[in-house]
Amino acid sequence: MTPERERLASRVALLEARAALNCALRAFFVEHDFLEIEAPLLVPSPGLELHLDAFSVGNAPPALAWLITSPEYQMKRLLAAGLPRIYSLGKVFRRGEAGRHHNPEFTMLEWYRAGAGWEAIADDVEALVRAAARAMAARGALRLPPGLSLDEKWERLSVRDAVARHAGVDLAGDEPVEALAAKCRAAGHRVPGVVDGRAPAWDDVFFTMFLDAVEPALGRGTRPIVLHDWPRPLAALAREKPGDPRVVERFEVYLPSGSGEVMELCNAFGELVDPVEQRRRLEADLAERRRRGLPEYPIDERFLAALAEMPPSAGIALGVDRLAMLLLGAPTIRDVLPFAADEL
Amino acid sequence: MGSIDASELRKNLKLLIDGVPYVVLECQFVKPGKGAAFTRTKMKNLLFGGNIERNIRSGEKIEEADVDERQMSFLYKEGEDFVFMDTSSYEQTPVPKDFIGDDWRWLKDSMVCNLLFWNNKAIGITLPNFVELKVVSSEPGVKGDTSGGAMKPATLETGATINVPLFVNEGDTLRIDTRTGEYCERVKV
Repeated sequence: MTPERERLASRVALLEARAALNCALRAFFVEHDFLEIEAPLLVPSPGLELHLDAFSVGNAPPALAWLITSPEYQMKRLLAAGLPRIYSLGKVFRRGEAGRHHNPEFTMLEWYRAGAGWEAIADDVEALVRAAARAMAARGALRLPPGLSLDEKWERLSVRDAVARHAGVDLAGDEPVEALAAKCRAAGHRVPGVVDGRAPAWDDVFFTMFLDAVEPALGRGTRPIVLHDWPRPLAALAREKPGDPRVVERFEVYLPSGSGEVMELCNAFGELVDPVEQRRRLEADLAERRRRGLPEYPIDERFLAALAEMPPSAGIALGVDRLAMLLLGAPTIRDVLPFAADEL
Repeated sequence: MGSIDASELRKNLKLLIDGVPYVVLECQFVKPGKGAAFTRTKMKNLLFGGNIERNIRSGEKIEEADVDERQMSFLYKEGEDFVFMDTSSYEQTPVPKDFIGDDWRWLKDSMVCNLLFWNNKAIGITLPNFVELKVVSSEPGVKGDTSGGAMKPATLETGATINVPLFVNEGDTLRIDTRTGEYCERVKV
């Protein structure tokens, strides 16, 4: 057998497990009365988040110049049109992302509930992961990281509490970057010096401390952690938490991966439905992209217009390749792909 | 020394972090949700040992440490220092005992080692993986008891004491693994 055939043959069991995983995910949403949406991949705007770099499609019509980094804008237009529960299981594309937990093309599962808060989505993701684990166990393929149990209720921890507990930093969420840097230094954390020739931004200081001190601790427990109430500067498309303008309704789930490291499985929002605030954030992102010399993408006006009609909603994006890594005991993302980017 | 972008970090680079030299053991791409790309870097402290992990944001410049390795042979001990000689330039360098650590146990005259220099000062040594040393004293073992891996202490020509099998006698030459500090075998000289 050629090495190529050998490599692919060695992945057959894995491909069968992934196919079963997709069936289990779809069965979950059928059971919970969600409608599957085949989201478009070619879009007029891939989203403006500073740290997402989109692939441009050179010869597409100008109005469809980008591959999606998430189907979020189109899913929200469907919520605005009155669909109450929708999901999408498909590919998204992000430039420059390749590593143990990253591949530039990967499978994203997004789902949204109209009229629900983030807690309902947190309950969904727990139930979904348990259902997927049962499906893998039924095939004899379940290989959870040692010590991890999915059966207990997942721990819910605010970012503020996690940072206080594991980094010894008293995070407000609305402090200026200089104050955050001073707090981090005082607690013994490294603070980035100069980033791309400019002073470090709030998120640069936060994530340096978070990755050094907080994230490693989040994978040491016996159950997944729902890390919620993110600081305002990391709001993305989440709405302000009622009663606390310093944080937004956003959560991520952290758990150990097959590599023995901690892995982030998903990101969820209580969705921002205020078109004025949303436009303000998009324009700020665009200005910051310009300032940093990053690619500039158009603001999606149809998405903004739809927000005015959108009911209060919550939604989530979950990395299916990472879910497969978790359940099948795979140490790297390439172990759960038929072809990683460098094997094409 | 120059500096390097975090995205160009790779194994074996020597970096200066908080004024201390480190060698990079492992690098990995990481990217927190909604955050920028970072290089997760596992490094070894070249002064005091011990590993640390630091996440360095892409676009951040990290200073490189002026660290190099030279082949030198051990001459003699002088007070608290161990004196080595460069095998090509014949230049002599004293190395404080703190940077030798437990390795003194295997150091014998004219043994060739790799010395690590930072800003032209010796900060550590790497011994050959295996050394051959003579036993200067050891109680005789009980005859016949050669099974079961029973061990007894033996003092070597360097003054170190290690555990050896019962059949080892004074005057024998032993092969020792310097990484584990354990006896390997008796060698015929």
